[in-house]
Amino acid sequence: MSFETFLIEKTIIVFIIFGITLAVAAYSTYGERKIAAFLQDRIGPYRAGPHGILQPLADGLKMMTKEDFVPSSASKLLYHMAPGLSMVVALMVSAIIPWGKSLIIGGKEVALQVTDLNVGILYVLGVVSLGVYGVMIGGWASNNKYSLMGGLRASSQMISYELPMGLSLIALMMVTGTMSFSEIAVQQSGWNGMQWNIIYQPLGFIIFLICAFAEAQRTPFDLPECEAELVGGYHTEYSSMKLGFYLFAEYAHMFVSSAIMSTLYFGGYNFPGINTLYHILPHNVVTMIGVGVLFVKTLFFIFLFMWVRWTIPRFRYDQLMGLGWKKLVPLAIVNIIITAAVVLIAK
Amino acid sequence: MAEYNLSHRKVSVSNKEMTFSEKLYLPEIIKGMGVTLNHLFQKKVTYIHGKDKREFAPVYRGLHVLKLDDEGRERCTACGLCAVACPAEAITMVAAERQPGEEHLYREEKYAKTYEIDMLRCIFCGLCEQACPKEAIYLTDRLVEVDVTRGSFIYEKKDLLETMDKRVDITKRDHY
Repeated sequence: MSFETFLIEKTIIVFIIFGITLAVAAYSTYGERKIAAFLQDRIGPYRAGPHGILQPLADGLKMMTKEDFVPSSASKLLYHMAPGLSMVVALMVSAIIPWGKSLIIGGKEVALQVTDLNVGILYVLGVVSLGVYGVMIGGWASNNKYSLMGGLRASSQMISYELPMGLSLIALMMVTGTMSFSEIAVQQSGWNGMQWNIIYQPLGFIIFLICAFAEAQRTPFDLPECEAELVGGYHTEYSSMKLGFYLFAEYAHMFVSSAIMSTLYFGGYNFPGINTLYHILPHNVVTMIGVGVLFVKTLFFIFLFMWVRWTIPRFRYDQLMGLGWKKLVPLAIVNIIITAAVVLIAK
Repeated sequence: MAEYNLSHRKVSVSNKEMTFSEKLYLPEIIKGMGVTLNHLFQKKVTYIHGKDKREFAPVYRGLHVLKLDDEGRERCTACGLCAVACPAEAITMVAAERQPGEEHLYREEKYAKTYEIDMLRCIFCGLCEQACPKEAIYLTDRLVEVDVTRGSFIYEKKDLLETMDKRVDITKRDHY
């Protein structure tokens, strides 16, 4: 493949994935409000367009037209940089997710993935750890005690929960024997698309799920922006579209973590009967069905995020740390030992 | 002392040891999520503004009406008791004497030439209605219309007075 076609192909995929991520993130805000309302016996946004379908546009417009206030004592460069950093990190993870098997365009096989890193899982952990900088820098640069407390909480929370997350992924790597996302996805197409990793790693999945909630700072782990104690947490001093970026980054993060969970544990684009379908239907059609299936799985996890948010209250801070260090880390280590033993015996 | 339980939803607090499944926390969360999922499919309680109309309580006190008697004559004699009773001082009136030939308009010899209620001052307490010896003023289940200028909230006699072809029903409140 020549360099030019490679560049064009990847550019197109990057733009499509960015567009989809942003669109899903925008409509997640609408989804969140609708789901919140429905779980509370209300109907939610109703005015903008039929059933409030244009609400994200209205919200965006509101954010754009608000006054962009900067505290006089803020550290200017960092203050302006932080929301962007949050957003970039949230979007960067989407680069390694295999959205589908492959499309055959003009006799050439095109992978539906921006890049197939052979250290995909490490990349995810690394980029997700960077996410703490957006929050921490934002909290520190605002020069406000609430922001600083929020930023501190966020950084200690994310560092604490990265540990069990990494440990649960180690157990997964023992089963799969690879760190590449596309290979993990291909492996799960066994048994005609039913050999999902959740079968081998149920405990690991639960640990990963809990850590994903904590990393995305969603309830019950939303202490960094805990309204009751910290006004708005790390984004107390932010207004206008910078605040919008922070909020938006949270939803982008949610979408990407949902996609990662679907890919790592729930078969990615695989669905029962995918291999037989590849023999019957044209290759591209089945691939697109696979993309749709991955999307349905991802949307389910987004729904789960919201569902949990509107069900349980947030942890107390010592409970949060206790859960992370005293329960999840030992549990993840036990999971690794059991997995190692089983893998060894199976050999 | 007697035990009162007005809401019938009283739950007594207990500090008993948590069971193992409660300590695990996840089963309890899933139980809670079941509760919220139930609500997802339940009937919504929202009234959509402008589309659904909410039913008023029978004792609702809204926009006032100045009643006419059965022959279409104004009942109000401008005695001023309503204005005295009004805690918000929202009612003002000017009395006038009935001239010969106006017997079909006013029931008594004295009538209200102007009668104004400032709806921004009015607290809709209904004391004017209780004070009225002639059963001339009532609060109804109608709403004061929304507007953007203060002047438009001063309702004059022409706004308050009912007409014979469009009488305002106040019987709903009479039971209470």
